[in-house]
Amino acid sequence: MDLSLSTETMGDRTIVRVGGEIDVYTAPKLREQLVELVNDGSFHLVVDMEGVDFLDSTGLGVLVGGLKRVRAHEGSLRLVCNQERILKIFRITGLTKVFPIHTSVEEAVAATD
Amino acid sequence: MATVELRFSALPEHVRTARLVAAAVARRAGVDEAVLDEVRLAVGEACTRAVGLHQTGGISAPVKVLLIEEEKQFSIEVGDEAAHAVAGAPGAGPGDPDGEADEDEMGLAVISGLVDDVEVSAGEHGGLIKMTWPTTPPPTILV
Repeated sequence: MDLSLSTETMGDRTIVRVGGEIDVYTAPKLREQLVELVNDGSFHLVVDMEGVDFLDSTGLGVLVGGLKRVRAHEGSLRLVCNQERILKIFRITGLTKVFPIHTSVEEAVAATD
Repeated sequence: MATVELRFSALPEHVRTARLVAAAVARRAGVDEAVLDEVRLAVGEACTRAVGLHQTGGISAPVKVLLIEEEKQFSIEVGDEAAHAVAGAPGAGPGDPDGEADEDEMGLAVISGLVDDVEVSAGEHGGLIKMTWPTTPPPTILV
């Protein structure tokens, strides 16, 4: 309920578009999606959060879990987010230092470290 | 007395309901529109934490949320019935590859980052998170 997920491949990157609310109820679905992608060999993920209306610490936990999984394969997990209310949650938890956050999918796909 | 009192079974799907109700009552109480997002997030975090504690502890009692409208302020109390060890509690549950054992603390970190006026108390019979926001009085009706 209230979480939409879709994926798309762009070169070696996999875009995960997330919409709706990521909370304690819906976060397991996002976790499953990320785990499945990594198990299928997608190690460079871009999570597009432009359609996300709500994100809580459960959602942050899932994203951190996703990051740990891709890093185990020398991969990357980038976020796309321009919404101040969502960015604020990353800021107060210090996770802006952990995740590269981009303003567009194109920018995230083009980014290298 | 609480303006609105909410009790819900400790299930993740009800946390959203608690968020919606809390935001609606906060708006009515005069909490600034710009702060409502914070109210929604903070109450969600507190309820998520309570649901987790009840589920981990096998507690069948509901999670309790009190929404209290007072003069110039609005408070939310989220109460759980989990027995909190006062100090040196051993880690709960087996290790999780996603590090979700830390989510309890992350939830509290979000709450304390968001809300200036927050009190967290815990004892043998349960815990309580009380969060308070100022309200702006409704415009004076000129007679």
